[in-house]
Amino acid sequence: MVELAHDSRPIIGRGPPLTAYFLTLAAMSIGLMVADQRYHQIDQVRAWLSAVVHPVQRAVDFPFRATDWVTGSFADRGRLRQEKLELTARLRLANLQLQRFAALEEENRRLRDMRANTTGVAEKVLVASILHVDLDPFRHRVLLDKGAVDGVFRGQAVLDGEGIFGQVTKVNAATSEVILISDAEHAIPVQSNRSGVRTIAVGTGDINKLSLPFVTVESDLQPGDLLISTGLGGVFPPGYPVAQVTRIKRAGSMFATVDARPTAGLDRAREVLLVWFTEPPASEPAAAAAPPEASAPGSAGAATPAPPAARPAAPRQAPPATAPANAPTGRPEVRPSPAAAATQTTTPAAAQPDAGGE
Amino acid sequence: MRQQSVFARRLLYWLSMAAGLVLAIVPLPPWLDPVRPDLALLAMIYFILTSPRIAGLGYAWLSGLFLDVLRGMVLGQHALGFLLVGYVTHKLQLQMRMFPILQQAAIVLLLLALYHFVIFWIDGLTGHGYTAWGRWLPVFSGALLWPLVVALGDSLTRRSS
Repeated sequence: MVELAHDSRPIIGRGPPLTAYFLTLAAMSIGLMVADQRYHQIDQVRAWLSAVVHPVQRAVDFPFRATDWVTGSFADRGRLRQEKLELTARLRLANLQLQRFAALEEENRRLRDMRANTTGVAEKVLVASILHVDLDPFRHRVLLDKGAVDGVFRGQAVLDGEGIFGQVTKVNAATSEVILISDAEHAIPVQSNRSGVRTIAVGTGDINKLSLPFVTVESDLQPGDLLISTGLGGVFPPGYPVAQVTRIKRAGSMFATVDARPTAGLDRAREVLLVWFTEPPASEPAAAAAPPEASAPGSAGAATPAPPAARPAAPRQAPPATAPANAPTGRPEVRPSPAAAATQTTTPAAAQPDAGGE
Repeated sequence: MRQQSVFARRLLYWLSMAAGLVLAIVPLPPWLDPVRPDLALLAMIYFILTSPRIAGLGYAWLSGLFLDVLRGMVLGQHALGFLLVGYVTHKLQLQMRMFPILQQAAIVLLLLALYHFVIFWIDGLTGHGYTAWGRWLPVFSGALLWPLVVALGDSLTRRSS
């Protein structure tokens, strides 16, 4: 039973009036929520508060990192040798594929130059690691250890070695929050690598499943099809693998039930890539028309000190169309030249040299 | 038992709230994650019952705000939840202190349900509605943990006095 000995509140003369205090603070919380949700005016406040709690997140992350480091440093020789052998084998295989892709990429670039279209070459990448911090068991969000000081911006695409991982939703000074493509509030425009069918892949809240709700029964999709990003929303670079179709049910209604499995290691990756890429020229007017507040990321000013070597870093911000949104309502706005996006099916690995180069 | 100094109490309160907030974001294995009890909230209820002068509503609100920032939620969501639970606990404080531990746990269950209802509601309003029954599990795990929290709290205050 609770100990009573200390500091009993006297029954008479209760100090500050509790209810008034309560109502004031409640009004403040509601005001904060409205300001945060509707007007994004208190991003600065959030940035300060995040700076305050950042050490806590680091502290939580630290033991895990230390364990990794210790096990890494004291790994036995046999295991390291084994690992090295495996990596060498994989590298050899990858190099082999790369030789083929180099030629393909060259050809692709020539063709695109002919069409004056320089879409979606990942210009600059930054490796970020995922902090070992649990945000919410029911939302697929993770915290990265890179933030505004590294030039991260809201709506930036995040990839891992195997495909598209998610996009940045909040930028703090030294950390940023990423929504995974499997989050129930996320949608990404994709197309089948085989047939070129374009549609939208929506997260389900299950880390191993995306769903494609807008596929008609006649669509040319098969289990095993690789879905790649189209780049139509302007958030993700085109041509990167997103998911693999696992199941199609064509029954009854107009729309087929299609499930896909994300190719990125959403629950395994510890390190991911933040990507800057150039926009297709066709979408420039659209970008200009985008709400002006979108072009000023949460902490403006911090976006500029990007590494000087890079060409105009952080080219542009996410148009709201594919920002984590209620997907079903908004088909991604179709650009003047959808065919351009449809035809270019850059193979994922073709972009890897860029990734490795940084 | 000797009266503990107000400062020591205050320090203990802050430390346990901080520990509760840290434990709210420590990674847990996936099967345990949905059951994670709201330890900061339980600590707050305990301190409101034992030392209401120290555990005021302002601290309750601030702790909730920090939880919002730590978890990247809408600012004010957990703050409102903490505040509401703190207010009701303050109101019930004199009765709750007389209750046997099981009855206390039952009230705590209701308080946690209130808290999670507020969170759930605001989630719905802000468009993050997640309706699976799993989100109510912390209510039960928290109520089950209540006797332990009380035992731990009592032993801590006794030792440090």
